[in-house]
Amino acid sequence: MTIMEPRKHGDASDGTVGGRQTRFEGNLKVTGGATYALEYPVEGLAYAILVQSTIPAGSVVSVDAKKALAAAGVLMVLTPDDDMGLLVASDWGGNRPENQPYYPLPRQVQYNGQSIAAVVAESREQAVEAARLICITYEKAPHVASFNDTAAGEGKVMDNLTSGWGDAEAALAAAPVQIEGEYSTPREYHVAMEPHGLTVKWDGDQITVWEPSQWSHGMARSYSEWFGIPYENVRLISPFIGGGFGSKGAALAHGAVAAFAARKLGRPVKLALTRPQNFTNYGGRAATRQTIKIGATEDGVLQAIVHRGASETSTYADWPEQTGAATPILYRIENFSSQHRVVPVNTVTPGALRGPGKNPSAFGIESAMEELAYKLGMDPLELRLKNYADRDYQSGKPWSTRRLREALIEGAAAFGWSKRSHEPRSMRDGNQLVGWGIGCGTFPVIQAPSEAMIRILRNGRVEVVSGAIDMGQGTYTILAQTAAEVFGIPVDQVEVHLGDSRLPGSAIAGGSMLAGSILGAVHKAATAARDELIGLALNDEKSPLRDTGANTLTFSGGRIAVPRDRGPSLTLSELMAALGRDEIEIRRNTLPEGATVQEQHQAWTTMAKVQGPTMGEYSMHSWCAHFAEVRVDEDFGTVRVSRIVSAFDCGRLYNPRLVESQWRGGIIMGIGQALLEEGLVDQRNGRTVNNNMGDYLVPTNADVPHIEVISVGIPDYGASALGGKGVGEVGIVGVAPAIANAVFHATGKRVRDLPITLEKLI
Amino acid sequence: MRDFSYLRASSADEARQAALQAGSVLLAGGTTLLDLAKCGVMEPETVIDITYLSGLGGIEVDANGARIGALAKMGEVADHAGIRAAFPAVSESLSLAASAQLRNMATIGGNLLQRTRCSYFREPDVFPACHKRNPGSGCSAMGGITRNHAVLGTSDTCIASYPGDLAVALIAFDAVVELGGRTVSVDDFFLLPGNTPERETVLKRGEMITAITVPASAAARNSTYLKVRDRQSYEFAAASAAVGLEFEADGRTVRDLRVALGGVATKPWRARAVEQALIGTVLSPETVEAASRLAMDGAVSHGANHYKIELAPRVVARAILKVGGLA
Repeated sequence: MTIMEPRKHGDASDGTVGGRQTRFEGNLKVTGGATYALEYPVEGLAYAILVQSTIPAGSVVSVDAKKALAAAGVLMVLTPDDDMGLLVASDWGGNRPENQPYYPLPRQVQYNGQSIAAVVAESREQAVEAARLICITYEKAPHVASFNDTAAGEGKVMDNLTSGWGDAEAALAAAPVQIEGEYSTPREYHVAMEPHGLTVKWDGDQITVWEPSQWSHGMARSYSEWFGIPYENVRLISPFIGGGFGSKGAALAHGAVAAFAARKLGRPVKLALTRPQNFTNYGGRAATRQTIKIGATEDGVLQAIVHRGASETSTYADWPEQTGAATPILYRIENFSSQHRVVPVNTVTPGALRGPGKNPSAFGIESAMEELAYKLGMDPLELRLKNYADRDYQSGKPWSTRRLREALIEGAAAFGWSKRSHEPRSMRDGNQLVGWGIGCGTFPVIQAPSEAMIRILRNGRVEVVSGAIDMGQGTYTILAQTAAEVFGIPVDQVEVHLGDSRLPGSAIAGGSMLAGSILGAVHKAATAARDELIGLALNDEKSPLRDTGANTLTFSGGRIAVPRDRGPSLTLSELMAALGRDEIEIRRNTLPEGATVQEQHQAWTTMAKVQGPTMGEYSMHSWCAHFAEVRVDEDFGTVRVSRIVSAFDCGRLYNPRLVESQWRGGIIMGIGQALLEEGLVDQRNGRTVNNNMGDYLVPTNADVPHIEVISVGIPDYGASALGGKGVGEVGIVGVAPAIANAVFHATGKRVRDLPITLEKLI
Repeated sequence: MRDFSYLRASSADEARQAALQAGSVLLAGGTTLLDLAKCGVMEPETVIDITYLSGLGGIEVDANGARIGALAKMGEVADHAGIRAAFPAVSESLSLAASAQLRNMATIGGNLLQRTRCSYFREPDVFPACHKRNPGSGCSAMGGITRNHAVLGTSDTCIASYPGDLAVALIAFDAVVELGGRTVSVDDFFLLPGNTPERETVLKRGEMITAITVPASAAARNSTYLKVRDRQSYEFAAASAAVGLEFEADGRTVRDLRVALGGVATKPWRARAVEQALIGTVLSPETVEAASRLAMDGAVSHGANHYKIELAPRVVARAILKVGGLA
C-alpha cells in the first residue's frame, strides 16, 4: 500500500511535488549545453598537472626540476620547497587549529600516489611531458600496504563506535544455535565519469573557482581559510557535476595547488586529475573486515549479536568505515555488542562512498542472517520477519516510520519469493545454477538547515535561487516542482539557479540530506513570497483584487483568483504589472528564529548544525529490502544478476521518476560492488595497480538486469518538512549481500569476501 | 604527452619508407597508440597516418576464403555477412571484444598489434622494471598482482598475456598475414617472449600489415568463439577459446578440429594436442573434458592467475561440445 497519490505522467500534476516531472536540466545535458567545471572558456589559461609519489612512505629529499623548467611551454614547477603560505582550513565540524601551516605538496610521503609537485605550462600536453622530466630523490621508509599486512597490527578501537547492551557474550554462549563468519570488502572507488579538477581565476584578492562540488559553501570556506581571505571573496561555481558519489564534498589539495599557482602566475589555471590520479588523490571506500557471531533459539529468535570490525585508514587521519553501522538496528536484539577499529596503513585517507558505513555493515549482517537461516533450515524471509525490530534497540527510541516489513512482504510478492525452493543448488536453468537472496538496507535520516530565495518577476516567472547543487539526483527538478505547486503555475514558468557559493546557503548534497533540507527552505520561502503577494493584491489600491472582499487568494492553473470565483482572476505577470512591481524577493532559512549571521554562516559552511537520526524524539531512517536472482555458470564461476526487485521505505517521494532512477543507480553500483569492484594493491609498494577504467571494473549496461523498484513509504513529517526521507544512499545498501546470498543459494558456496569473482566459485 | 611530428602517408611505399626511421610508428585506428602514449609507454617521434591510403580496406569472401584489408574496422568485419557465414568464430571474437565505440575505430591490422594489459607494463613511472618496455630492466609483474597474467608461453623475463581475441580465432583457422613483400602465418607472426619479450611479432621496421587472409574450411564454418570474463561486456578474457569442428560423413567422427586459446598465454595459443587427441574419435563429454586438459600442458602459474589453469580447459571443452552439438 502506498499513500502517495497516484499520478499519471503527462498532466499538469507532474510539475507539482510528488509528480513524475522529467529532468529539468535534462535537455541541456544531452545536447551538450550544460557546462562542466573543466569546460569553462576562460581567457589566458595555464594548465597544471600533478606529479605524484611512486613510493608508499618516506620523505622527499630533493626535487630536480631543471629539465622540466627548460621544457617547452613550462611556466612554473611547484615542489615541497615552495612555501605557499597557506593555513589549514576547518574540518567538517568547523574546528580549526590556529595558524597551522598547510602544505598541499608535503615533503613527507604517506602513500603511493600522493601529490608532491606540480607543473604549470601553456598547454596540458606540455605540462604532462614536463612532469615526466621531474626527478625526485626520496628517502624511503618502511610501509604498510594494507591491513592484511602483518605489520599493520590490530589498529585502534574507535570508542565512539563501540556499542552494546544486554550481555551479548553470555547470551551468545547460551544460545542453542550459533553462527560465526568473517566478512570483508576491498577498497572501492567512486569512478565518477567527470574527473576531479578545477579552473581557477583571481581578480585581485577575489577568487573564482569552477569546480565540481557537492557543497559549494563548504568548499568555498576551505579556499577562504587556506588563503586567508574573506569568505565573500571566494566564488565557487558548480552548476553541473558529472557524478560525485561522496568524493566531491570537500576541497582537496589539488585545489589549493591550482589556486596558489594561479595567484603566483597572475593567470587563470586549469588542473585536471588524470584517471589514475583519481584513484589516489582522494579516498575511496576503505577496505573492511568484520566478524559477526549470532546466537538464536532453535526456532530462529535472535538472542545475541557480537560484532567486531575494522577498516583501513591512513597514517595521518582516522576515517572509520563503520562496519557496525547497520548491525544494531536491522533486527530485534536484546543482547548486542559491537566494536570497530581503524588500522592505519599507507593509503590516502579513505572517504565517503555511497552508503558509507551502512554499506559494508549490511554486507556483514545480511550475509550472516542468511547463514543463520540456512543453519536453521528456515526461509530467510521468515527469519527476518520473525526478528522484526519493533523499535530502535540501540537508542531505545521508537521509529518515526519504519515500513521495512512492508518492503519485505511487498518485495517478496513482486519477486515471487513463495516459489523458492529452499535447498542450495536446487534451482537450475540449463547448465546454469539459479539462486535467490535477500539483503536489507538502511540509511539514517540526517537533517540540516538550508536557506533559499524566491523571486517573483514582472514577466510572471518565478526564480528559485540556492547555492545547493545537483549532481544528477534532481535538485533542479524538485525545486521547480515545489515552486510551481506553491504558485499554481506550470513548471516551465519556474527558473532554478543552483551551484554557486554566492547564492543562499545550503546543506551538503551528501548523507542523503539535501532534498529534505532544501525543499523545506524553498517551500518556506515560496510560501512567504506568495503570502507577500497576497497581501499586496488584497491591500494595494492598484490591485484589481483589492475590493473583492476576499481575505485570501487561490493560485491555480497559472491564475490568481478570489476563492469560489467571486471576482476577477489574473496571471502572475498581470498582477505584478497591476501592482507596478518589478520583483518580489523573499529569502528564508530553516534555522531557528533569530539565528545570527555567524550562526547562518556556520550552518551553511560546516556540519555543526547537522542532526543525526536519533537526536530527537524518534529514530529516523530509510529502509529497503532487495531481492536478487543470479545465474551462475558453475564451470566458469561467472555470476550474472538476472533480476532484482527492491522495495523501499523512503517516506514521501518528491518525484518518483527521479527517486526510482536514484534507487536503480544505487542498485547498479551494488552489483559492481558485489561482483566486480576491487582496488588491487601491490603489497610491495602500496600502489593501486588497476587505477583506470579498463582494469577497475564497474557494471556495463550488459551487466544490469531488469530492476523493479517499489515504494512502500508513507510521509514522515518528523524526518523532513515535506515528509520525505533520504533516497540517494540507501539504494546501494544491502545489494551486495542479496547477491552473495543468491550465489550461495545457487551454488552452496558462501563467499564472504567481495567481490565475488569467478575464481572464487570454480 | 611528448610532441611528435605527424605525416599523412600518400602511398603505402611512402608509409613504409617513413616507418624505417627509428621512433616512427604507424597510426591506423589509434586506439592502442593513443592509450599507450597517454600512459607514457609509447613516445613516438613521428606518427605516420595510414588511414587515408586506398586499397588497404575492404573485406572479400569467396569459396576459397576471406581477405580482410588491414584498415577494415573491427565492427565492419564483425558484422560482415560473408564472415559471419564462413567464419563465425572470427565474427564473434570481434563482437565480443572492446566496446562498440572502439570497434568502430580500431582496425584489423592494429588489432593484431595491440599490446598487453599488464599493469606493470602500463605504468613506467611507478614500475620502471619491465623487460618488455626496457630490456634488461627486470619484471615487476612477477611477485605482484598477477590475476590476468599468462600461464602458457611464459619465460623468466615476461608473463604478460596477449590480450586480443581476433588473433585467437585467426590462428585456429590458419590465417595468414600479408606484410607487403611477404606473408607469414598468424601463428608464426607472434613470438614467444623468451629472452626478448620486447619483440612481440616478426614485423620488421618498415614493414606494414596490408591484409589478412583466412582459408575457408568446413571447421571454420562450424566454429565459435567463447569468451569468459567477470564482466558481461567490455573486458579482456579471463580465458577464451576459438573452436571449429568438422565431422566425417557419419556425422559423429571428428574429421577436423581447431582449438586456440586466448587470455591465458603470452601469444595467441593454438592447442594442437587437444585437436590431435580428438580427431578420429567420437565426441563425448568425458573425452572432450579429458582432451581439453591437454591444452594446459606446460602451464605455469604465478600466484593469482592459477585459476586460469582450471578455467581454460573448461572453456575449451564447452566450446567443443557446443560446435559438436553436445552442449
